[in-house]
Amino acid sequence: MQGTFEYFLNQLINGVTLGSIYGLIAVGYTMVYGIIGMINFAHGEIFMIGAFNALIAFLVLGLIGLTWIPLALLIVLIVSMLLTAAYGWSLERLAYKPLRRSPRLAALITAIGMSIFLQNYVQLLQGARNKPIQPVVSGGIELIRSGDYIVSLSYMQMIIIGLTIILMTIFSLMIARTSFGRAQRACEQDRDMAALMGVNVDQTISLTFVTGAMLASVAGLMFLLYYGVIDFYIGFLAGIKAFTAAVLGGIGSLPGAMLGGLLIGLIEAFWSGYFSLEYKDVAAFSILVLVLIFRPTGLLGRPDIEKV
Amino acid sequence: MTAISASEDRLEFSHLRLGEIVKQGVLAALIVVALTIGLVGFRTVDAAGGLTVTTRFGDVIAAAVIAFIGRILVVLLEDRRARLVAPVAGALAVLIFIMLLGSVLFGDNVGRVLHALLPFNDPIVMWIVGIAAAVLSIRAILQLRSTATEHETAEAREARATRFAATVKKVSIFVAPILLVLAIVFPFLPGVDRRLLDIGILVTTYVMLGWGLNIVVGLAGLLDLGYVAFYAVGAYSYALLGTYYGASFWICLPFAGIMAAFAGILLGFPVLRLRGDYLAIVTLGFGEMIRIVLINWYDFTGGPNGISGIPRPSFFGLPFERTAADGAATFHSFFGLTYSPYDRIVFLYYLILVLALVTNFFTLRIRKLPIGRAWEALREDEIACKSLGISPRNTKLTAFAIGAMFAGFAGAFFATRQGFVSPESFTFIESAVILAIVVLGGFGSQLGIVLAAVLLIGLPEFFRELQEYRMLAFGGAMVLIMLWRPAGLLAHRSPTLLLGAKS
Repeated sequence: MQGTFEYFLNQLINGVTLGSIYGLIAVGYTMVYGIIGMINFAHGEIFMIGAFNALIAFLVLGLIGLTWIPLALLIVLIVSMLLTAAYGWSLERLAYKPLRRSPRLAALITAIGMSIFLQNYVQLLQGARNKPIQPVVSGGIELIRSGDYIVSLSYMQMIIIGLTIILMTIFSLMIARTSFGRAQRACEQDRDMAALMGVNVDQTISLTFVTGAMLASVAGLMFLLYYGVIDFYIGFLAGIKAFTAAVLGGIGSLPGAMLGGLLIGLIEAFWSGYFSLEYKDVAAFSILVLVLIFRPTGLLGRPDIEKV
Repeated sequence: MTAISASEDRLEFSHLRLGEIVKQGVLAALIVVALTIGLVGFRTVDAAGGLTVTTRFGDVIAAAVIAFIGRILVVLLEDRRARLVAPVAGALAVLIFIMLLGSVLFGDNVGRVLHALLPFNDPIVMWIVGIAAAVLSIRAILQLRSTATEHETAEAREARATRFAATVKKVSIFVAPILLVLAIVFPFLPGVDRRLLDIGILVTTYVMLGWGLNIVVGLAGLLDLGYVAFYAVGAYSYALLGTYYGASFWICLPFAGIMAAFAGILLGFPVLRLRGDYLAIVTLGFGEMIRIVLINWYDFTGGPNGISGIPRPSFFGLPFERTAADGAATFHSFFGLTYSPYDRIVFLYYLILVLALVTNFFTLRIRKLPIGRAWEALREDEIACKSLGISPRNTKLTAFAIGAMFAGFAGAFFATRQGFVSPESFTFIESAVILAIVVLGGFGSQLGIVLAAVLLIGLPEFFRELQEYRMLAFGGAMVLIMLWRPAGLLAHRSPTLLLGAKS
């Protein structure tokens, strides 16, 4: 079974799906790191809050009686993005903005503090139990059938991969073409200089957090739909892996974050498919260490120029 | 947003218009609605046919109103209209406290009515709002009293913190011995019971871990987010040796330290080239890897069930039991005392106190040795170090190894105190807590770490009854303290040795 091409293909599909979710979260890490040079440790929690907002939106729509799935999905997507964006904005405003000129470790500590705070906040408000939902999108298409073994691509996986591609395209265009994108890149290079040239730095940083939170909330929605169960603790591991993905791809680089996410997803899927399920996280971290040893700036990162 | 930046830049002063102030308030209320409508407004509950939701819109409205009023008061305060803010915020605080304490002040019936008038099911939320209002009014009064220093710049604040730290350093010459004496007589102070002593042991453990991590983070400047891994290595070393071979605590203690130091070198080698955040994430990954291995290596570590029945420590061979196994002497019979289970707790307390003091003494002394100087130099400028012939590799490895060694000692103590270890005790949150203690204390400040450990570990222990709010408050406190003092409680980052300074 394990040696067949079909099995390989199945793991590949799983890996790409998982990688899409990690990639969307990783973009948030990489953008924030690029612009203010800090690890936004609470970003995993933003992802978790996105998943919870999506869950609540689904349940409310179910109560109202809206059952046409495409419309329901669209509404949930928009609601979850907007509500989670508020968390991204507030996080920056309350915990990071006052510390912008402080030692970098200070911001890291508030980030860890916010992460603990948000986890317990959600646990307190929504309870510690697992939150399962009925599968919203079921079915799929058969790709290959060989004997009893079927390689299929579920509609859910198609939605996840498709939506990720669409969002990443929009997002890349936004960074490349719009005035926000230009301001964002300018701030990344030199914040003080950008401010002198008339860029509203505060607003740009806020918007960076908002867009990062929006992408993370989409990832949260996907996670909810794909696994069908969430709890208040999912943000930690997903956050760490997404950060690993961002570092792997080269932190500060957008295509790098996506590539890193994809790689982490694939490594995890193949490792659990061919070796052992238990050690999949160890595999992801080991790869990270190896990459950093041989290419310390990540796969697509620019090398740091050391100034003496 | 505009109000803040405007009031900072303006030299000529003019008050904001009413419309602008109300706009700020409405914006704050809208954001709070967006924040709370999902997670607070609806609660997911288990029902017969799966999950369903119940609503709590009252809380959302209350939160929005509070945000509206609060934001307006803050804007007014920043607009230097403290004369307006002080009485309003003060009155609100008094009103909220009177309503909360209604049953104490006016008897149960009135109290119940007043309580019902308050929003939120849990009074604790209103307590926080009341305290916030009180703080606001105090700040307004302070602003009224000092008209000169309106907006302190960040530099001025930093300079004040440094001056404060210098004072602390002077005072600490007197404070440290007093604290030490206090720590030594602590178990025999009147009113100290078993519970208090347990908290003392816990706090001292974290003080030791903080001092150990301080070598890595504070002195050598290597950001380590996986410190708990070494703690785990130490704990499991003793747990395994003690249960499999029956080795005594005193033999295992150095061994646990060596094992942890070895793990530190093992981790140190691949990450030598990394700096800053890359280092942080790799150490974090290492911490998680150790935990995953502990969970999954079932035959060796007992998996998620952990190891139980770890031997208790003995007083140089004299066990703290009511009766010894084969008629040998026990601690109380040897010294002719009556048996008391309290003895062991006192012994554990002194054990960790001595271990912590050794860590402290070691740190204080090694700062004056070439290797300690090299650590601090490396923290300040790696390139300069290289050009002066200091090997970054060896320097970093020793920092990792020595820091890890102390974590290993603490781990062995943890294992013998609990009598049980499992991977549960070594999660990332522990690393974060230890790092928070170091950073909150102010890097390099030994006394600051004690203060931070007491604040972060000791204080929450007293609020065990508020179990569910404990971690929430913990996270919140981390953020608030950091915002209040970004450089740490007792910060001084000056190099130990300066040219031209009299030593």
